[in-house]
Amino acid sequence: MQIDGAHPDFRAASARALLDPQLRANFRRAMDGLMAKRAAQFPDPADLKAMRDLGTAIRARSLLRLPELLEQLEASCTRNGIQVHWARTCQEANGKILGLLRTRGATRLVKGKSMVSEEMGLNHFLEANGVEALESDLGEYIIQLDGETPSHIIMPAIHKNRNQIARQFAQKIKDAQFTEDVDELTAMARRVLREKFFEADAGLSGVNFAVADTGTLCLVENEGNGRMSTHVPPLHIAVMGLEKVVGTLEEVAPLYALLTRSATGQAVTTYLNLIRGPRGQGELDGPREVHLVILDNGRSRIYADPGLRATLRCIRCGACMNHCPVYTRVGGHAYEAVYPGPIGKILTPQIEGVGVRHDQLHGSSLCGACAEVCPVRIPIPEILVRLRREATHDDPGSRVEGKGTGRTSAEDLSWRLWAMVLRRPRLYRTACWFATRFRRLLPADLPLLKAWTTARARPVPARRSLQERIRKEGLPHA
Amino acid sequence: MPEARTAILALLRAADAMEAIPAPDPSGLARRAWSPAERVTRLRKGMEAVHTEFLEAAPEDWPRQVLDFCRREGVADLLLGPRSGAGRALLAARSPGDPELVPYEEPVENFKDALFHRIGAGFTGTLAGVAETGGLLLEPGPEEPRLLSLVPPIHIALLRASTIEDTLAAAIRNRGWGKGRTNNALLISGPSKTADIEQTLAYGVHGPKRLVVVLVDDLVG
Repeated sequence: MQIDGAHPDFRAASARALLDPQLRANFRRAMDGLMAKRAAQFPDPADLKAMRDLGTAIRARSLLRLPELLEQLEASCTRNGIQVHWARTCQEANGKILGLLRTRGATRLVKGKSMVSEEMGLNHFLEANGVEALESDLGEYIIQLDGETPSHIIMPAIHKNRNQIARQFAQKIKDAQFTEDVDELTAMARRVLREKFFEADAGLSGVNFAVADTGTLCLVENEGNGRMSTHVPPLHIAVMGLEKVVGTLEEVAPLYALLTRSATGQAVTTYLNLIRGPRGQGELDGPREVHLVILDNGRSRIYADPGLRATLRCIRCGACMNHCPVYTRVGGHAYEAVYPGPIGKILTPQIEGVGVRHDQLHGSSLCGACAEVCPVRIPIPEILVRLRREATHDDPGSRVEGKGTGRTSAEDLSWRLWAMVLRRPRLYRTACWFATRFRRLLPADLPLLKAWTTARARPVPARRSLQERIRKEGLPHA
Repeated sequence: MPEARTAILALLRAADAMEAIPAPDPSGLARRAWSPAERVTRLRKGMEAVHTEFLEAAPEDWPRQVLDFCRREGVADLLLGPRSGAGRALLAARSPGDPELVPYEEPVENFKDALFHRIGAGFTGTLAGVAETGGLLLEPGPEEPRLLSLVPPIHIALLRASTIEDTLAAAIRNRGWGKGRTNNALLISGPSKTADIEQTLAYGVHGPKRLVVVLVDDLVG
């Protein structure tokens, strides 16, 4: 989703973000903290390797059986009284949810944290249709007050510091006094949101893992707002990307262990909430109805290509962004996308098109920090490189959305020139002669060179080309 | 949307096949095993690190410990499941001067205002504990409703030391936690918390502000 409908421009947004010292300090401090906490949770490299091997195998094997698991999930949920809906697009999913709310006369919805609902632009859609959609995760609540979007998938308000939040609360919450005390700020949010849970007509949540054999939805959280949203209102709607399914609850345990440690450096979260159905026989509370919306939105296309399928292993821990030198410097909003950072760089272009999101594919030094920490070993740099090629090549075998549309005439022309020179030895030697003789005279603002020299020193060619020296001096050990 | 379902499944089925992936071997993780006494220590360490409080009790005196705690802390109303084993034991132990024990026995709709605005604490039993990380495993249901451990500002939970399993995986395997006895199952490791403001930990954001574990020493020998 684009932030304001404009053509996304990662390059320009990054340049702006880099000039904001407050933003950079907020991210630097947060990412340093998250990296240290994660490292402390994995003191033994052999243990970490075993955990990652297991997590990777579970996710990869689940994807291998994805259609069967989804059908099994649907059957199990239905048996438990959870009604399952399928949506090809975000519009379909939004329409389905609005329909459910309207039929039941629900106008007040409380939300637990759900990145898929961000992907769907659900809040805007519901507000436009007369339904109040209130975020109840503290970080999400903070940014919703300001009409912002999350800058991190786990810590959505990480771009703000306490002073910014304090001023905002004093301004926007009724009867609130200005305070920078985090406990007091938290208490203010609790007071407001408790009443919202109390009076909500419906609750919405995401799903961390969906268990096919028992039809169980697993929600991981610390705050308790997920439990509030899913157990207090009479109607609970859960939304999930179709890749979230695993076979058994036994498989959830190691994934959960990896998720919490990789995400926030916690061995365990405050809550792991397993939802198997609505209020049952003899139960005194819990929702009367539970619905599960399974969203595709481009995932089946990613799934079609075995080389790109690893993208869907993601368990949304955010470790790749916490460790990314680019993300840490430009922050989450520069990506102008729901999923920022390394995983976003491979996911967003695949969903929206590699041409529209071409900048993102190149906003990486390919340092590999993301792949090194990914708990399910998604080869993010390799996928990036593949998408870079397919963004500029209309390969017949490629099923990537928008393949070939990222090609520019300048890039095209320079590769043609390059090829022409390299195919003609005399031309090549002449070019080398000029480059080496006039090496210091090369203007720094040549069209393509300029992209390099705006932020780096101008490269100076050697005094003589290697070819020339070999011809003159011979090979010393030959 | 049956056409959406059909279309999505057809797309997934049309995907290129991939080679089979061998079943993972979890034996590399098998050494997470402790003695019963060590399990207690580990569970406490993990849960105390996230502000869980513990009351030590013997098998015969735990109801008294709970009631005394409520008195001490000024909890006037303690909500409980009157049909659960732990709830019945507590009701039987109450004497004059103890806090009021409120049975959760009506549908929440008749009782929501009191639940949200009056009740001081909720009391539940537990199915098991998790030693590796610290944590309680609950299975809310007809006997102990879901909101009992969520809405009141204090959650008091009864845990018998003998029920602590090594890991979450072991608890699923050995005790069938979350495998479908009830429509809800919970792992709880501490009071509700958040770090969404500058990564600074704050407790009691939406759920209970305090989690108090009544740890019953029922280990033999």
